[in-house]
Amino acid sequence: MWYLCVFYHRLLDYRKPEFESLAHLFGAFDDGSNDNQSLEWKLPEHHHPDSPFHFVNLPNEDIARKIANRSILVKGLYEIWGEGSSYEELKEAINSFPDDRKLPYLTSDSTFRIIIDSFGKAIPFKDQTDRIKGMAYIPFQGRVDLRNPEHKFWLIETDDYGTNNGLPPVVDKRIFFGREIGAADRKLLPTYQLKSRNYLGPTAMDAEVAFLMANQAQAMPGKLVYDPFVGTGSILVAAAHFGAMTMGADIDIRVVRDGRGPDCNVWSNFKQYGLQMPVSLLRADNNLPPWRPGLKEIFDAIICDPPYGVRAGGRKSGGRKLLKGVVGPYTVPDEKRTGHIPSTASYSLAECVHDLLDLAAKMLVMGGRLVYFYPVLRDSDISLSVKTIIFESLFLRGRVDLRNPEHKFWLIETDDYGTNNGLPPVVDKRIFFGREIGAADRKLLPTYQLKSRNYLGPTAMDAEVAFLMANQAQAMPG
Amino acid sequence: MRLLTHNMLSSNIKGVTNGFPLRIEPQTITQKPVDFNPDFLKNMFSKIDWKALSDASKIMGYADLPEDVPDQTVLESDEFLKKFHHALLEIHLEEGVLVCPETGRKFPVNKGIPNMLLHEDEV
Repeated sequence: MWYLCVFYHRLLDYRKPEFESLAHLFGAFDDGSNDNQSLEWKLPEHHHPDSPFHFVNLPNEDIARKIANRSILVKGLYEIWGEGSSYEELKEAINSFPDDRKLPYLTSDSTFRIIIDSFGKAIPFKDQTDRIKGMAYIPFQGRVDLRNPEHKFWLIETDDYGTNNGLPPVVDKRIFFGREIGAADRKLLPTYQLKSRNYLGPTAMDAEVAFLMANQAQAMPGKLVYDPFVGTGSILVAAAHFGAMTMGADIDIRVVRDGRGPDCNVWSNFKQYGLQMPVSLLRADNNLPPWRPGLKEIFDAIICDPPYGVRAGGRKSGGRKLLKGVVGPYTVPDEKRTGHIPSTASYSLAECVHDLLDLAAKMLVMGGRLVYFYPVLRDSDISLSVKTIIFESLFLRGRVDLRNPEHKFWLIETDDYGTNNGLPPVVDKRIFFGREIGAADRKLLPTYQLKSRNYLGPTAMDAEVAFLMANQAQAMPG
Repeated sequence: MRLLTHNMLSSNIKGVTNGFPLRIEPQTITQKPVDFNPDFLKNMFSKIDWKALSDASKIMGYADLPEDVPDQTVLESDEFLKKFHHALLEIHLEEGVLVCPETGRKFPVNKGIPNMLLHEDEV
C-alpha cells in the first residue's frame, strides 16, 4: 500500500533512517520478504531528492499509523485519494478513487476537517476557504469538527517556488488530497528542550536529535539501552521517554555522581519528566570496561555521542603510565589509595571508535542497534583551529559561563550553501565576530502559542504574527 | 547500584583472572521502586549469573530467591517474577564498597554510583 509521506523540511539526512527504523520496529519487515530492511520509496514527478514529499510503500495502515505517530520528522502520512497538477486533474483523480475506500470515512455519524497546507508558498485565508468549498464534489456526510475530528483530510499544494526567489525548484507544482493516517507528536520537543533541562553539560544532546537517535535505536518498554558516555543523560532521557530501561557510564565521576547538587544531577533530569530512573549509572572507562568475563548480548541498543575532541576531548585510564621509560611507571602509595584520583590519558578518535565497536559486538543482542555520532569534515575552509584561536585569545581572562554569562560573543559563519544541496548561493561566505547587544525573547512564543490557548476560534491570530503587529503598533504601557 | 549492575561488573585490574563476583560490603541500603515489566525480566533471566545474584541479594538482606538456578518454567510464575524483579532492580546499594575477590581492592560506591575506574598502576 502506497502512502504519501510529508516530512518536516529539516535534518534531511535523518528522515528516512528514522522512518525505516520505526518501520522495522513496528513489523513492516516481519514477513521476511525484505532482508535489507529498507522500504520502497518514490518521489513525486520532477521532485528533487531533498523534497519533503515522498511516496512510501508499507504493508498496512496500522503499521503506517504507528510509524508516523512515533516519529519526530513526519509532518504527516496520508492515504492519497487523488493528485494532479491542476484542480481539474485533482477532481478527476478523486472521483475515480474507489468508493469503497472513500465512503467509510464520509459517513453521517463521523466528524471531519479539511486542512489546507502548502510547501514553498503561503495560501491566503480567503483562498483557503475557497479551496475547501471547491472540494464539495466529495460526498461528505459527517459533521465538521475543527478541534477533534475523527478524520482529517489534507489538501496540500506544492509550488514551483523558483518563481518566488530565483531558486530552482525543489518541488514541482503538484496538488495532493488525502486522508491523514498519522503525524509526529512535535509537542515532545518544547517539553524536553534543553533550555528548560535542570542539569546540563556543555555537550548535552539536543532533544530533537536525541529522540531521533532513540527512534533509530528502537527504544521501547522491555528493552535495555546503554550509553557508555552518558554525561548528563540527555540521550538516555529520550530512550526512557519511549519506555526503555536505561543504563549509563561515564569516566567523569563529578558528572555522574555529583552533578550540581542533590536536585540537579542525572537522576533529577529523569525525575523532571516523570521518567523511569536509569537502572544503573556508574563510573567506568570504555577503554577498560569492567564487565565480567562471559557477559555478552545484554543490551538491546547502545546509543551515544562519543567524545571526539570536537566539543569535549576523550579521556581514558592510565595517564602517567605514558611516562614509562622516562620516570618509571607511577605507583600509587598505599596510604593514598583511598580517594586517589587517577590521572587519565587522552583518548584518540580511532581508539574510541574501536572500543565502541568492540563493545557493540560483544554486548548487543542479535539484531540490537548501535547508534552513535561520528564526526565528518565537510568542505569548508574555516577550520576548527580558527575558532579555537579566537576563543582562546578572548576567554583567557573571563570565566566561561554557559547559562548566564555577563557577555555573549558570537562567531557567525554564513556559507555559500550552494555547495550543500545543489542550490545557487543565496548568501556569500562571510564570517562575523561580535559582542551581543540584545536579542529577541523568543521564549514568549511557546508561552503564548495557540495550541495551549484556552479559548480559540478558527481564525485566531498566530502568536508570533500578533506580537509583530503589536510591535508595529508600538504597543506600550500607558 | 542495583544488583543487575553488580551482576554485570567485575574487577578488571591487570593480571586479575578471577574478578567476579565482587563482594558487597554494604553501609547504606535503600529500596527504589521500579515499574514491573515481565518482558524485561524474561529478557534478563538468561543473562544473569544466578548464584551471584542470589548471594548478593542475601548480603543485601533479601533471602527470598532460590539458591540454585531455577529452570525456564519459573518465568510463567508471577510470584517468581516479582521476587526476581525486586532483587534485580529495586534493592539499591547507596553507600558501600565492592571488593575484588582476588586482590581485595575496594571499589567504592557513593551516592549509588560504583566507581570502577582503575588507578595508574592497575591498568
